[in-house]
Amino acid sequence: MTTIASLRNVERVFTNGVKALGPIDLAVEKGEFLSLLGPSGCGKSTTLRIIAGLLSPSAGTLIWPEGKPRVGFVFQDPTLMPWAIVRDNVRLPLDLAGVPRAEGNARAEAALARVGLTGFSEIFPRALSGGMRMRVSIARAVAAKPQLLLMDEPFAALDEISRDALNEDLLTLWREDELTIVFVTHSVYESTFLSTRIVTMTPRPGRIANEVKLASPPNRTSEWRMSPEFADAARAVSRGLRHATEAAA
Amino acid sequence: MIHLPRILRMLLPVALGFAVLILWEALVAAYRIPRFVLPAPSAIWQALLDDFPSLMASLWTTLRITLLAFALAVISGVALAVLFSQSRIVEMTLYPYAVILQVTPIVAIAPLIIIWVGFERINLALLILAWIVAFFPILSTTTLGLRSADHNLVDLFRLHGASNWQILTRLRLPSALPYLLNGMKTSGGLALIGTVVAEYGAGSGTATGLAWRIVEAGNRLQIARMFAALFLLAALGVAIFFALALLEYWALHKWHESAVRKEL
Repeated sequence: MTTIASLRNVERVFTNGVKALGPIDLAVEKGEFLSLLGPSGCGKSTTLRIIAGLLSPSAGTLIWPEGKPRVGFVFQDPTLMPWAIVRDNVRLPLDLAGVPRAEGNARAEAALARVGLTGFSEIFPRALSGGMRMRVSIARAVAAKPQLLLMDEPFAALDEISRDALNEDLLTLWREDELTIVFVTHSVYESTFLSTRIVTMTPRPGRIANEVKLASPPNRTSEWRMSPEFADAARAVSRGLRHATEAAA
Repeated sequence: MIHLPRILRMLLPVALGFAVLILWEALVAAYRIPRFVLPAPSAIWQALLDDFPSLMASLWTTLRITLLAFALAVISGVALAVLFSQSRIVEMTLYPYAVILQVTPIVAIAPLIIIWVGFERINLALLILAWIVAFFPILSTTTLGLRSADHNLVDLFRLHGASNWQILTRLRLPSALPYLLNGMKTSGGLALIGTVVAEYGAGSGTATGLAWRIVEAGNRLQIARMFAALFLLAALGVAIFFALALLEYWALHKWHESAVRKEL
């Protein structure tokens, strides 16, 4: 296994002097689906933003052993430009990378097809449902062919049915594109369903409490969600989270 | 709110207007109210027709200065707001002066500006005064709009290596558009008010806009003519407002929540 990103003794201190995060050590392995699980305020979003380069660590270092990969980011909100049609929203990272308009449009259409939004490219975001907007947001992230995809509780605001469907589609994208994904969530079931590895974090300051490696089948569908093996795995993750929060309290 | 058909909603205020005009006409006739106190609508209409060429010339003078001042206000207001968005220091240094310009009553500044610019260039003085009044709403709404761009989108732009110029043109300016269009509706009306106040300040002979026609007619007790000029001024204000409301609808109706008609 090769490491794609590595955090060493990373800390983040608020401007008021309160330590929000760390020190933490975390290595993101190439091709894994890593979830950061924990209650609010445990620094999981901060960790993600540090990896994205949107925040700089107050102490410690972020290392890219293989060189800096192309990074995609999906926020909790769809974060679309309301004045731009769906296709133009998806094309944004390509535009910023200087990809010619025609090629960008073709790649945007292809990305939309992959998230099941063929035929919606001329529509303004406000006409879409919350789940569909999140699909546009994911299409925008994968259109730029990221090597590392960072997701900050992307499905937290969605209803359970949309969420389950998006979880399965995300796994398909992860498999097909051989993505490395770091996924922030506070849902035990979501992280158990999606991940190959779950890192549990505790708050004040944000620290890594423990980690669980999951031996899940590569092809995880709604069948897997209902299997006894999934229930066992979820129970193990849940127990890990309980221990972590009890130890921290 | 009671749901009325579109055509009725437009007809109701028009019907009220006609009813008031008819009542007005009848009362003036019944009580034999002198023309120099309250002229009948028919007399006002007659005055409008009699003085049509000179009133139209005045209307054009006022309209030209109003539109020019408004255009300058939009250009300079947006330009300064963009400058503010790029440099906090420039904003902190200049903003208080923009506020001072805004809160000082235009009537109080008018004589000074007119003396400085000179009566021989009175239209320039009127333009400056109208611009001062129209400028601030554009500056303040656009500044707010440029600052209200979605922070996550700013992060996303930066993550994908966008330059400040790209963030400005592709993110901040479109985010500011609804704010700017709203500011323009206020500013358009203020440009007209500024022009009229400046014309009053300029006084006799030099300014030839609608405000001066009102002063002139008032001095001669031609009340019907005063009403005619007043009517044209109000019509001008309404036309400016509707034109800008239409522009706002045209620019925003496809995507912005404020301009989308609710389906209930």
